[in-house]
Amino acid sequence: MKKLINDPADVVSEALRGIALAHPDHVRVDHENRIVYRKDAPRSGKVGLISGGGSGHEPMHGGFVGPGMLDAACAGEVFTSPVPEQMMAATKEVDGGAGVLHIVKNYTGDVMNFEMAAELAAAEAGTEVLSVVTDDDVAVQDSLYTAGRRGVGVTVLLEKIVGAAAEEGRPLREVADLATKVNAQGRSMGMALTSCTVPAAGKPTFELAENEMEVGIGIHGEPGRQRLPLAPAKDVAALLVDPVLQDLPYQQGDSVIAFVNGMGGTPLIELYVMYNEVRQLLDAAGITVARSLVGNYITSLEMAGCSVTLLKVDDELVRLWDAPVNTPGLRWGA
Amino acid sequence: MGVDDFANWLRDLAGTLHDNAAYLTELDSAIGDADHGSNMDRGFQAVVAVLDETTFESVDELLKKAGMTLVSKVGGASGPLYGTFFLRFGTALAGVEVSAATVGEALRAGVGGILARGKAEVGDKTMYDAWAPALSAYDEAVAGGSDLRGALVAAAEAAAKGRDETVPLIARKGRASYLGERSSGHQDPGATSTTLLLESAARTLG
Repeated sequence: MKKLINDPADVVSEALRGIALAHPDHVRVDHENRIVYRKDAPRSGKVGLISGGGSGHEPMHGGFVGPGMLDAACAGEVFTSPVPEQMMAATKEVDGGAGVLHIVKNYTGDVMNFEMAAELAAAEAGTEVLSVVTDDDVAVQDSLYTAGRRGVGVTVLLEKIVGAAAEEGRPLREVADLATKVNAQGRSMGMALTSCTVPAAGKPTFELAENEMEVGIGIHGEPGRQRLPLAPAKDVAALLVDPVLQDLPYQQGDSVIAFVNGMGGTPLIELYVMYNEVRQLLDAAGITVARSLVGNYITSLEMAGCSVTLLKVDDELVRLWDAPVNTPGLRWGA
Repeated sequence: MGVDDFANWLRDLAGTLHDNAAYLTELDSAIGDADHGSNMDRGFQAVVAVLDETTFESVDELLKKAGMTLVSKVGGASGPLYGTFFLRFGTALAGVEVSAATVGEALRAGVGGILARGKAEVGDKTMYDAWAPALSAYDEAVAGGSDLRGALVAAAEAAAKGRDETVPLIARKGRASYLGERSSGHQDPGATSTTLLLESAARTLG
């Protein structure tokens, strides 16, 4: 393992110290509970938005805390969900009287811990909590025989759009319904060229030969469903876009936000090569791209690879997407 | 059988999980996200720290505290699952004399907590594939007149068999389920840590 760390056990707490020092205008950090707060939280009368999950996906979620997006992000250990105590503390802290929405990615541990936290917050402080679980990964078969689809790229787009709605002062139920709608209209698929190395494990989670790629990966180094010979970007784009387009299904004339996300170890030049290919496929399918996002937003440590997310949008979603946002990881109009 | 015995069990289990942390993580790398060993190790080191600084009056108090500690330190799925197990296991032993029969009932209550959180069935390739045969073997041993230790030994042996039988299964719960057929051929990390837990109990209790 070759990493810029001190002790694997200290990676998360030291990174949180770095975040606090690097972004004092955006956030404050509760180091004991490992929570990144919007600097001015709680906001009176505004629905509190909380997300969180394992660390190692930076800038998600701590990088999305700030005006226009999240009120708090709970950081777990690397690839391990946070614990109910953290989420409880965050829930109580950001409740400005309008209730709190938990944005949870569909992984067994995240769902269980957030469920326990919501039960405890309601019982202890009477906080009204609703939850939305993102599950946009088309690589996973959604059936009785799986834990359901993973929450991946749509989570970023959802946090932005729902963050804008909460900022407008909409009530909790409306914000939660919007979150459910965004999740339902988004689909994603990812691929890896290399594995990542979890610091505590010290070695790559899986091995890929020089001429192989893994298609349908998640964001935790969990291997994908298929291992294929390495192909040119054009073919990889088709492998990702086709199943996404077919799944909703997206129709000719649909308008989308197109999101090409890097897994942490792929340079932007390659992500733009991918975006070029994705865009040609969408043009050919008659899909209009209303807005786009290209970069490393929901990563998997230093894994090389990318994911493609499409979110079907209407005028209202585009307007909320364009609304000002001011966070360490996403910023415009502010 | 009292507080000290259960504390010894938790200490023995913490040591066992520490020694097996790399092994559990390796199993988890194959079908999960490579953190089961480090998570269990971190959680049980925290339990040992609690044992070092607190004196417990009763078995249920001790076990409930262990459960709360796991919930608040482990995260992932293992935290709520093992945490809930110890919470309910402890609660069931409140105010009752520890015997082969009462521990059997408490084990069943603890595993009921795991099922309430995880909603797993036999064959899903989870820790329940070790727990289910372990509970049956335990009850059978008690019905046959076995004492606590004998019942725990029987439970640990059945758990080990259940653990081994997870190898060919296709996972239907947790992150391993994302792999579909590719999860087959790998031993389940949760069933493995459950077996370690019961083997440790058989060594130290009764």
